[in-house]
This record gives sequence, C-alpha cells and structure tokens, in this order.
Amino acid sequence: MIYYIIGRAVRGLVVLLLVSMVVFGISLISGDPITLLIPIETSPEQLEELRNAYGLNDPIPARMGRFLEGLFRGDLGYSFRYQQPAFSVVAERLGATIELAFAAMLVILLVALPAGVVSAVKRDSSFDTVVMAGSVLGHSLPSFFLGLLLIYLFSVTLHIFPTSGRGTLAHIVMPALTLGLFYAGRAARLLRSSMLDVLHQEYMRTARAKGLAERIVIGRHALRNASLPVLTILGLELGGLLGGAVVTETIFAWPGIGKLAVEAVIARDFPIVQAVVLLTATAFVVVNLIVDLLYGLLDPRVRLTRT
Amino acid sequence: MSEPYATAARQAHAKERITWFTPRRVLADRLAVVHSLRPKGVFAAMILIIVVLSAFFGNAIWQVDPSFQQLSARLVPPLSVGSDGVYHLFGTDHLGRDLLARTLAGARISLLVALLAMCVAAVVGVSVGLASGVFGSRVDHAVMTCVDVQLALPFTLLAISIATITGPSLMNVIVVLTATSWVAFARVVRSQVLSLREMEFISAARSLGCGPGRLLVRHLLPNCASIIIVISSFAAARMIVAEATISFLGVGVPSWIPSWGSMISEGRTYLPVAWWVAIIPGGAITVSVIAINLLGDWLRDRLDPRLTSPNGLTGLPRRNGRGRSDAERA
Repeated sequence: MIYYIIGRAVRGLVVLLLVSMVVFGISLISGDPITLLIPIETSPEQLEELRNAYGLNDPIPARMGRFLEGLFRGDLGYSFRYQQPAFSVVAERLGATIELAFAAMLVILLVALPAGVVSAVKRDSSFDTVVMAGSVLGHSLPSFFLGLLLIYLFSVTLHIFPTSGRGTLAHIVMPALTLGLFYAGRAARLLRSSMLDVLHQEYMRTARAKGLAERIVIGRHALRNASLPVLTILGLELGGLLGGAVVTETIFAWPGIGKLAVEAVIARDFPIVQAVVLLTATAFVVVNLIVDLLYGLLDPRVRLTRT
Repeated sequence: MSEPYATAARQAHAKERITWFTPRRVLADRLAVVHSLRPKGVFAAMILIIVVLSAFFGNAIWQVDPSFQQLSARLVPPLSVGSDGVYHLFGTDHLGRDLLARTLAGARISLLVALLAMCVAAVVGVSVGLASGVFGSRVDHAVMTCVDVQLALPFTLLAISIATITGPSLMNVIVVLTATSWVAFARVVRSQVLSLREMEFISAARSLGCGPGRLLVRHLLPNCASIIIVISSFAAARMIVAEATISFLGVGVPSWIPSWGSMISEGRTYLPVAWWVAIIPGGAITVSVIAINLLGDWLRDRLDPRLTSPNGLTGLPRRNGRGRSDAERA
C-alpha cells in the first residue's frame, strides 16, 4: 500500500512539474507585458529599465529556473495590474470559489444520488426515462446558456434571486445550480449504469436471500459498491470545480478565481493566470490522489492488485 | 443490438409478465417495444440533417444579410414586422440585424469549426493512442503523462489564454479546440489497442509474418473504428459548446463573423428587455448539441460490440444495451 501511495504521489509531482512548464510557456509566448502597461510616451531607456527590473531580459533557461525556484517558495510572480504578489490576489478570491464548488457538489449529490439509484432500481419506468432525458439535456446545455435561462426565469421574470454578486444564501443558488446541474446529469447516468452492473451480482441475491430489507439491500449492498466509479468521476470534477468555474463565475459576477482569471486574461495580466492555472492543477492532482487512496480503502481488491 | 436478440428478449419478457397481466403492464410492454425500436437515433439524425441543411442552404432561402444593420428596427420581437417594413421571423438584435440570418450564419461557423477541430483532434489523438498502445511501455508512459497533464490543466482558461495571445481568428480557435481535446481519442484508442493486442487474431496475424505497419493499419485500426466514431460524435458536441464558450467570453471567433457564442454574449445585456437576442442562438446550440449527443448514444449502442455482452444472470442481452459502465467508456 505504501509503495502505491508513494508511486501515485511521485506521478502527481511529475504532472505538476510539467504543468508548471506549460504555465511558464504561456508567459513566454504571451509577449512583453511591459509594453501593455506603460504609457505610450515612455522613453526606450525607461522601458529597458523596467524590463530589467522585472527580469524580462534574462535568457529563457534562467527565467525558467527563477520561475520554478519561485514556485518552491510559494512565489507565483507579481501581478502587473494589482501591484501585488499574484498568489495573494488569488488567495483572496479562493474562499468564494471553494464556497461555490461545495455548493455545486451539494447540488450534484442531491440530484444525482436519488435520480441514479431510483432509475436503476426502477429501470425502464417512466421515472427512468425522465431521468435519462434530463441527463442528456443537462449535459447538452452549455453552462453559460443555462445560467442565462436561470437569470431570465428567476431574476428577470420571477424576481426571486439576485442576478449577480455574492453575499446572502440567495446569491449562491443560481451559480450552484448552473454548475451542479451540468455535472449532475452525467453523475446520475453513471450511477445508474454502475448500479445496474451491481444489481445483477450474486451477492445481491445472497443479500435478498438472507431476508434483508430491500432498503438495506439497495442502500448498503448495492449503492456502496456502485459508488466507486462515480467517486472517481466526482473526484475529477471536484478538482476541476476548485479551479473556479470560469464561465459560471463570469455570468453571475461571482468573485472567485475563475472570474479573476478571465479578467486577467483579457487584461493580459499573465502572472494571475499562471497562479490560477497552477492552483487548479494542484487541486486537481491532490483531489485525485485522495480519491485514489480512498478507492484503495473502500475496495480491498484495488489494494491487493496494485500493491 | 441485433434484431433476433431483441425479439428473444421481448419474448422472454412477455412470458415473465403473463401473471402480471394488467392494463398498465400491457402499456408498459408496448412502450418497451417502442423503446427497443430506438427512435432516438432516427430522431437525432433528423434534427441533425435539418441543422446541417439550414446551416449550408439557409441563407439561400432566407436572403437577408446577417450583418446588415438597421438601427430604426432594433430589438424587434420575433414573428413581427420592424419599422423598416421587413418581416423578422426571429426578431432583431440591438443593432437591428436579423436574428434568423445571424443564427443561420452562426450555424455554418459553429458546425464548420467543430467538424474541422474534431477531425484534426481525431487524427492526432488516434495516432498517439495507437503509438502508445503498440510501442510498449516507454512511449506509453510518456503519452499517459501528457494525458494527465492535459487533464490537470483547466480547459477553458487555457483555451482563452491561448486565444488571447494568438489573437482572434478561426484558425486559432480550431488549434485551441484541437489542443484541448485530442486526449479523449488518445485514451480510448490506447485502452482499446491494449486489449486488442492480447487477442488471438493479432498473434495469428503476427505469426503469419505481418509487420507492425500492416498490423496497425489492417488489424488494429479497423477494430478501433467503431469506438473512434462514437468518440468523434461526442467530441463534436463538446467542440460546439467549447467554441461557443470561448466566443461567449469574447476571445473566440472574430467579432465580425456571426457566431452563436458571441451572439449570446451580446444578447446577455438585453436579457431583461429582449430575451430573444440571447435565447434563440442558445436554443440553436442546445438543439444541435442534444441531437449530436443522442446520435452518439445511439451509435454507441449500435457499434460497440461489447455492449451486447450477456448480463450476469439471465444470459440475455440487456434491452437498453448499457452493459459496460460509463467509467470504462470515459
């Protein structure tokens, strides 16, 4: 088991190292940020001075080395726009993103868990058909369009929820729905097919033959076994959600790192973009590592075959 | 699912249910029969054909210039005549441009970009996947690490960063979409090749003196074909959404070319006063994507031979053909 954990962790670190190289590559091809920031009348000497101050004239390997070294110290560069270290700008917005990610996760669980289980148990019923249709619909609606539909319905027409911003509980409902419903469709579908696989296993017959209540057979014997593949996918998605839902945050003016990143891209403030990309990738790798380990704990077969 | 199996399954079903003979059950059985005919694929194909035809011939029938501005006829609601005396089926936007003409023009761009990007991504991803599956562990390791890196990178953010840096152009959009979606092909083809490699017909071909090139082209690739087709259809749906997303964020298709994403983005501001400007192109995206996804579902049910494997207890194929878990398919 311990070798398995170490192996996964090393793999995660290699991935993160490569990600940071890609991130550095973004800054290389993004051109000279100085020319975007200074007024046109700045003299060439001043320009050169600024370039030297930001270290933009050094050879590429040196810049890359400095970049990686900075990463190890937790220094993700300096935001040109905010005149602050990129990391602190991003950290300030992180709370809002985490809040939204967990709210969306709640939506996913509340929708997908009952929908997936019931549609598998009552397969081919009208409920099943509705769930399957809903899952195709949820997955086909682009999130920016679903967001607009919700705004039109709940804000413009019914005046129930505010269109944008963060603060009260009412503010989070629509962004969480927009984000959650997209993934919920897929999760429900996955849980359904995984439940269908499990429901035909022999231990289900055994459980029923023992005279267990159907509630326990489904809830404890089936759901627990069926949840493993779903857990993997949800892990992948939670990792992605922590990186900020770029589109959803933009539509609802949710002050998280996704919106911050979009603004930074448009303002060409690439240190911020780099910080967000790195943070997302790290969250993704860490969450997946945890899911992998959890998988090992929940399913003894995984532990045996992989160690 | 092949027809004899379906019939056998239905007969077994009917026998099982004879003791439950109630009107509701009869209705349920009728519905099951209809279900097994799979109108899904036909329905999806019909919608898709309509979308494609209207994208490429729509402007010939509805001869209105999509970029013609008429400020006196701005925000005209659908199904009404503007102050310029022109009938607007879908209404007009904030600059008085005809929305139907723009939606049709947007369809052409969306489909073209999605199709091209999908083809390039398929070629790249399939080649990488084949190489990874065939050339043993070292290449495989490198490729899988690339795949992991690609998965860890936030797609939308990466796409808009590259698009901002390289500037708005159709070519760049296609490159960005390709760069962020070849992974799906590579992963699936790789796992398919890995399982095919152990099959007897491959060793048979090898022992007959089949070289690696011939093995790839004549034996492995054809056996991956159905899964590639299925992945392609889902990829096309994703591409349409992705293109619309980056255009919505303002860094995709250049602003002078009408595209669904930028139309929604423009219409967003007018949502309280003129819902149609944003909702109509959004509806167009949704309908196209649903049609492609349904077609993909249908293709998967039809083409993936592993889906017709018998289920554990009864030895009968599953009626709705979802034998393999989505985790394996993903």
